[in-house]
Amino acid sequence: MTTLPSAPWLAGRPARGSADRVFRWATRLAALGVVAILVLLAIQLLDSSLLTWQTFGLGFITGTTWDPVAAIYGALPYIVGTLLSSLIALVLATPIAILTAIFLAEIASPRLATPLTFMIELLAAIPSVVFGLWGVFVLAPFLRVTAEAWISSTFGFIPFLAGPTFGIGLFTAGVILAIMILPTIVSISREVIRSVPDSQREAMLALGATRWEVIAKAVLPFARSGIFGAVILGLGRALGETMAVTMVIGNGQAIPTHLFDQAQTIASKIATTFNEATIGIQTNSLIALGLIMLVITIGLNIIARLLVWRVSGPVGAE
Amino acid sequence: MLVQSPTAPVDEAEAPADAQGTGTGPTPSAMSSTEPTPSGGADVSAATEPSTGRLDIADLNVYYGAFRAVKEISLTIRPHAITAVIGPSGCGKSTFLRSLNRMHEVIPDARVEGSVRLDGIDVYDAAVDPVQLRRVVGMVFQRPNPFPTMSIYDNVVAGLRLTGRHSQASLDEVVERSLVRAALWDEVKDKLRSNGMSLSGGQQQRLCIARALAVNPEVILMDEPASALDPVATLRIEELMAELRKNYTIVIVTHNMQQASRISDQTAFFTMGDDRAGYLVEMDDTIQIFTNPRNQLTEDYVSGRFG
Amino acid sequence: MAATTTAPARTADILRAGAGGRRMWFDRVMRSVALLASLACVIPLGAVLFFVTARGISAVNLDLLTKPSRALGVGGGAVSAILGTLQMVPLAALLAIPIGVLAGIYVHEYGAARSARTIRFAADVLVGVPSILIGIFVFTFLVLPFRQYNAFAGSVALAVIMAPVIMRTTEEVLKLVPGNLREASLALGVPRWRTTLAIVVRTALPGILTGIMLAVARATGETAPLLFTALGSRLVNVGDFGKPMDALPLFIYVNARQPYDLQNAQAWGAAFLLLVFVLAVNVLVRLGSTSRRRTP
Repeated sequence: MTTLPSAPWLAGRPARGSADRVFRWATRLAALGVVAILVLLAIQLLDSSLLTWQTFGLGFITGTTWDPVAAIYGALPYIVGTLLSSLIALVLATPIAILTAIFLAEIASPRLATPLTFMIELLAAIPSVVFGLWGVFVLAPFLRVTAEAWISSTFGFIPFLAGPTFGIGLFTAGVILAIMILPTIVSISREVIRSVPDSQREAMLALGATRWEVIAKAVLPFARSGIFGAVILGLGRALGETMAVTMVIGNGQAIPTHLFDQAQTIASKIATTFNEATIGIQTNSLIALGLIMLVITIGLNIIARLLVWRVSGPVGAE
Repeated sequence: MLVQSPTAPVDEAEAPADAQGTGTGPTPSAMSSTEPTPSGGADVSAATEPSTGRLDIADLNVYYGAFRAVKEISLTIRPHAITAVIGPSGCGKSTFLRSLNRMHEVIPDARVEGSVRLDGIDVYDAAVDPVQLRRVVGMVFQRPNPFPTMSIYDNVVAGLRLTGRHSQASLDEVVERSLVRAALWDEVKDKLRSNGMSLSGGQQQRLCIARALAVNPEVILMDEPASALDPVATLRIEELMAELRKNYTIVIVTHNMQQASRISDQTAFFTMGDDRAGYLVEMDDTIQIFTNPRNQLTEDYVSGRFG
Repeated sequence: MAATTTAPARTADILRAGAGGRRMWFDRVMRSVALLASLACVIPLGAVLFFVTARGISAVNLDLLTKPSRALGVGGGAVSAILGTLQMVPLAALLAIPIGVLAGIYVHEYGAARSARTIRFAADVLVGVPSILIGIFVFTFLVLPFRQYNAFAGSVALAVIMAPVIMRTTEEVLKLVPGNLREASLALGVPRWRTTLAIVVRTALPGILTGIMLAVARATGETAPLLFTALGSRLVNVGDFGKPMDALPLFIYVNARQPYDLQNAQAWGAAFLLLVFVLAVNVLVRLGSTSRRRTP
């Protein structure tokens, strides 16, 4: 028969205080709140676009006409605009970003890498609308007389690359998106590359490889799924970008057929027409566009994180 | 004893050196690199002594920045023999080993004074490219590190593929020869295309040895190659090393004194001085070191006394 | 022991041969290409900074800072936008910080592995949701039912953007606090909630503040979520969160699209102000963390 010995330090102390419990619940509530916001967001977007899905079904995704007057809505031009502008951004940004990540992680001395990394972080901090402003008044005119003129005159025999060129349009939007997603791809790729174990580099080096061969044949293959994940995260960001794209992509309502056409993305369509839209099928359709964008970006996000996780562990907050 | 002459590696078959890259601007790099003076390709007709894989080290000091890690090492590594380097932790054994194939240069601010001569040539000479040195002086690491994205076959020829195109047939031959010499062929010959990581730890280490052998080195450096392996795998590695010594010069760093006394022909005992730099206390035939060392410190270490 | 012949290559020949000019050349070229790519990343930064400063700084005058927007082409300033941002962002922060920090604490301190992972995952997904969709989301439940655009909805939208970011940065910083600090405190009999707040959070505070500041900077620059909530306004609105309110990013957006030079110039001016603020926060945060690292 044993009784708990009475000790002074045991007296008067509850096993788990009520203050503890309150605190724990407060934090739990907050955490669940974050999850709730995401869930509610998805549900709300679905609910507010239900009318459109019921009216057009999946034909909404393939429809090419957006005519509020005739109440016919089709998302295809905006889906194509979104995908094309993001694709252009990816093609332009990915090689530069990966080479930069390699440079920062493997080649540069800390004295050079630190300021460079910081400057790329600053690039990420520039608000989208400021990029848009700069894009409209500086980048678009510049591209029109340089890159766009050169491409359309040299490769104009390919219909997709033919002029006329306005500056404002799909290409400029792609270029500005490329600039905006550079920091994302660079920073995640850099982390992934840094997480490649040194033993891999040593093994290749000891076989008689040059510095670049170590990178190309040991580091990059090891890191490749993570880098791929970084690129997909960049793509996700490009797909969701609104303000800068809206300001430089013009106002094309048809499916773009040339690189230099004006176009619209899902985000820019919503941004420019939502406030004037009538509540009802029109807003429903705009929100349906948003739902498409949500599904694509979340899907890409998940895939990307899984890929990065495989190489270097859970990704931190961006 | 028939000395096998390894098949000539099919290398140096590239086009003659193009113009060296003219000023490509600042290329800051964390590792010092030496540019070889253009001196033509492999010219076999030059009369040189037959290669023996003999290392003569004279007054070697290795610094990391201002800190001297290894002090005034002078010794000779006998060719076609196993030389063991033993000593307590932190006394510079690994640093010393890595200075033999210039692997310590991956650490910035690493530098070396003194000379390391391989068959008479100072490997730190400005005309010697570390990339070439590492083909002649190979290395096996403590933890097996096969390339996880490559098959067993590709792992073995990874080093060869760096030096130009080889025919499929010659690659096949090198793979078989290297795996045979690494005592791994029978276990993997039916699954050469499967991933290297599917092997056990001991097998992976033998794969790494095969990989090092494939580029046809003269010297093989081993940094505690069996310390991450179980006793059975360790024994197989030791048996392998006894075979390898017939054709290669082997230098092994090991914590395991029994291992050193079992397999090595010569042993070098290092310890750490008061200035925290490692130095060579004594080097002699292994029998001598373990039964009748000249230095009291050596005697203390090999008999397990510390103080 | 007979010497081995290794015809045709002997040690000396291999060592003296050099790796093959092509390999070395390729090595140098690729490393230079990597350097150039890195510099290419920096060029847009320079270009944006240059033009925003060049065209914006001259537009920052008393008018811009003190006058509200007027009928187009006639002048005015950005005071409604500046005041709007100065009201909506702090309110958003007030809403987001407690949720974000507490959620970060929960996931780090109390989360059983599985639930913590789910919550963390949800937060990461939320961070990646395009901000315009967050604007629509808040519109549907804070604007539509009342048929009224309002600044409160704008703040809520910004808060929804900030909260998951703050939560993740808080958690990351908490992870860095050494476990033995917590154990020592608990061993002394300090209750758990107090340990968490007074010891762990206190230690991690600089990092948490950093995360908050970066989230605030980001929210200040957001436009899309405000388009359908606060809407923007030409009128000066001080204190009435039930009505539309202007904000710097909205001002820039609207004025950039106008065909009048004066309006465009004002857009540059507002952009300059916004950029200075956002970059200043980022620079300060970076300086703060490096100086902390230097003090041992």
